[in-house]
Amino acid sequence: MLGRTANDLFWLSRYIERAENMARLIEAGYRIALLPRVGGDDGKQEWASTLESAGCAAQYNAKYGEIDTRNVVDFLLFDISNPSSIHACLATARRNARAQRTGLTREMWESLNGSWLEFQSIRPDTLRPDALPRILDWIKERSAAYRGALLNTILRNDTYYFSQLGTFLERADNTARILDVKYYVLLPSTNMIGSGVDNAQWESILRSVSAHRSYRWVYKDSYRSWRIADYLILNRAMPRSLSACYGEIDAALDGLSALYGEQKPCLDTAKSTLSLLKKGDIDTIFQSGLHEFLLEFIARNNRVGQEISEAYHFNS
Amino acid sequence: MEQIRAADLKPAFDEMNGLGEGVREPYAAVSEWLKSLRVEDLRKKSAEAELLFRRTGITFNVYGDAEASERLIPFDIIPRIIAASEWRRLTSGIEQRVKALNAFMYDIYHRQEIIKAGRIPAELVIQNSAFVPEMIGVEPALGIYSHIIGIDLVRTSENEFYVLEDNTRTPSGVSYMLENRETMMHMFPNLFAENRVAPVETYADNLRKTLESVAPENLDTDPVIAVLTPGIYNSAYFEHAFLADQMGVELVEAPDLVVMDGFLNMKTTQGLTRVDVLYRRVDDTFLDPLTFNPDSVLGVPGLFDVYRAGNVTIVNAPGAGIADDKAIYSYIPEIIEFYMGRPPILKNVPTYNCRKPDALKYVLDNMEELVVKEVHGSGGYGMLVGPASTKEEVDAFRLRVKAKPENYIAQPTLALSTCPTLTEDGIAPRHLDLRPFVLIGDEVRLVPGGLTRVALRKGSLVVNSSQGGGTKDTWVLQD
Repeated sequence: MLGRTANDLFWLSRYIERAENMARLIEAGYRIALLPRVGGDDGKQEWASTLESAGCAAQYNAKYGEIDTRNVVDFLLFDISNPSSIHACLATARRNARAQRTGLTREMWESLNGSWLEFQSIRPDTLRPDALPRILDWIKERSAAYRGALLNTILRNDTYYFSQLGTFLERADNTARILDVKYYVLLPSTNMIGSGVDNAQWESILRSVSAHRSYRWVYKDSYRSWRIADYLILNRAMPRSLSACYGEIDAALDGLSALYGEQKPCLDTAKSTLSLLKKGDIDTIFQSGLHEFLLEFIARNNRVGQEISEAYHFNS
Repeated sequence: MEQIRAADLKPAFDEMNGLGEGVREPYAAVSEWLKSLRVEDLRKKSAEAELLFRRTGITFNVYGDAEASERLIPFDIIPRIIAASEWRRLTSGIEQRVKALNAFMYDIYHRQEIIKAGRIPAELVIQNSAFVPEMIGVEPALGIYSHIIGIDLVRTSENEFYVLEDNTRTPSGVSYMLENRETMMHMFPNLFAENRVAPVETYADNLRKTLESVAPENLDTDPVIAVLTPGIYNSAYFEHAFLADQMGVELVEAPDLVVMDGFLNMKTTQGLTRVDVLYRRVDDTFLDPLTFNPDSVLGVPGLFDVYRAGNVTIVNAPGAGIADDKAIYSYIPEIIEFYMGRPPILKNVPTYNCRKPDALKYVLDNMEELVVKEVHGSGGYGMLVGPASTKEEVDAFRLRVKAKPENYIAQPTLALSTCPTLTEDGIAPRHLDLRPFVLIGDEVRLVPGGLTRVALRKGSLVVNSSQGGGTKDTWVLQD
């Protein structure tokens, strides 16, 4: 496989995953912004942290300054000048897919191309506010359809492994960022535990990774901050947890090593990260600092991405 | 400005209805099928087909346009049909022609016997911009220069086919031949049950076999093949990706390639891998900046040296364009006689080379009845269809020809055959051509079919997609 192909497949998966994550983030932000709250800040604070989680706060502020629901949604959903907007993610994903038509199955291509064509037919300025949830659902649906086409049709060789790596590095990064932006609401506070605001915040975190219902099945308990952190960081059953992502990353890198008959440094980094997550317990993480733990994880995750790119000649 | 309808000058031969004497035999079943449908049904099917093409991404880019303007080539759902006996005659003519074209190229890049014999003027070859002097003395595998040739044929009557031009560089359109069939079979399976249509889907296999057969000798492994594309903004990018995919080989761009230790390599996830056969879909000038275009940063530096040393096969060979030059075209009957020792089976369209004074005079005097083409033009650009042009257009073109006669050739306006086509006015005859794709390696391989291009504008004789042409599925019937 060409190094350029590996690079394109990796980023294609990342951008599809990013578009889906963005849809969840907007959905969670939109929901909490609707809730009545003290001081009546129209969800400004919530949108600010959504922008933070999405990694586009600086760009947004440079463009608009003021936080306003309509502008934030437009910026995250439709603004092609924002490289992380859903629009830009789909455009980049499709460009990569076009460059790698030979690496994609017909089903994958048609799913992605179909989404792109339909997205382009949306006219943001004529949208009624109640159309937003429908569009966000549609994005998640299309992303799922693409992943489904991939899992059902792709050859289990390097094409598959590089696609998996893109998906799960992006997902791990996304989950870690969501947690980090909101880590303070998970810390034991002087407020009464389980106040209305905390509950809404916790639910919002879970919603942004589509875990608000499964949580109850797994923990059989109301929302507790340490359990939420445990769920999203350490629980391998939760498909968007850091631990689950590293299980997939580790498997894909094992697959590559076996296929190519050679182990690369990225495999060691991924394995040590996985074992950190396997052995970790949430109390220790809280004691030594949730924020510090997450920062360290995000840096590690970036390093794994960098090492993969070097090991497999993405840009040679 | 209303177009004069060139085809009205002479009644055109319709491939379904002949000259009005009733439905021709090969079209019998399709004619019945058409009668059983309402135009609205056909339109619905046509829209369905368009959706399929758009989803599959079978698009072409218009030069100079960005990604936003990927266009579809209009697809007409009424097939174009060729009888088995007609195809047999075409096949023998095509085989003869492609062998002669390759023999001609071998000769002019070696001993130049045909020039010495006085059968073709030396300056026409040597001073031709399509002649690549660097190729002199190079020994391509099996002596073949043009491995993939598209021959543009037109039909003018029950028994007359003419070769309009040869495409010996990087002919395109074969993906449409394959996808058109795929779409038709998907949409009208019954039609294929009722008609014995020869399959075309062996093309990719044949292409692969052809490419393998011209790999450098003495390889210790199976030959590694790659398709070289200029990238996603090229007008034929879809086809490049399609062919690589169908053959199961890498689709590479120049930056993916590097010359190392006398071999061509591609940059893979595991380091460098040798490439033995490069099916290039880029022009000569973008192959190797060191040899062909010192000002360019495009291409693979050193590629030509690897080629000359016989360590990689470039398909089609650099310099293969000399055989489809429009000025050489008028000599093809001579060329066939010279190398094959027999008269050509397929006729050339009579051609006036404006570089000859008497021909120039004739062309200038009769321009309103002729088709005048730029020698180096392609894609329907820079041509004049006399009978379909206004007096002002003809006069303006006359000045251009006078200024640089050697740049032009002219041909009589042929009454191209027509085939029923779904148009805004219902089903109506539209003019066609046919481009079969021939593969030349250890043997000549020709799948029964080709790309039928149809001029969708009423009366128009220009079938190029850049000029509003569409395509049809092309059926060759089996006995």
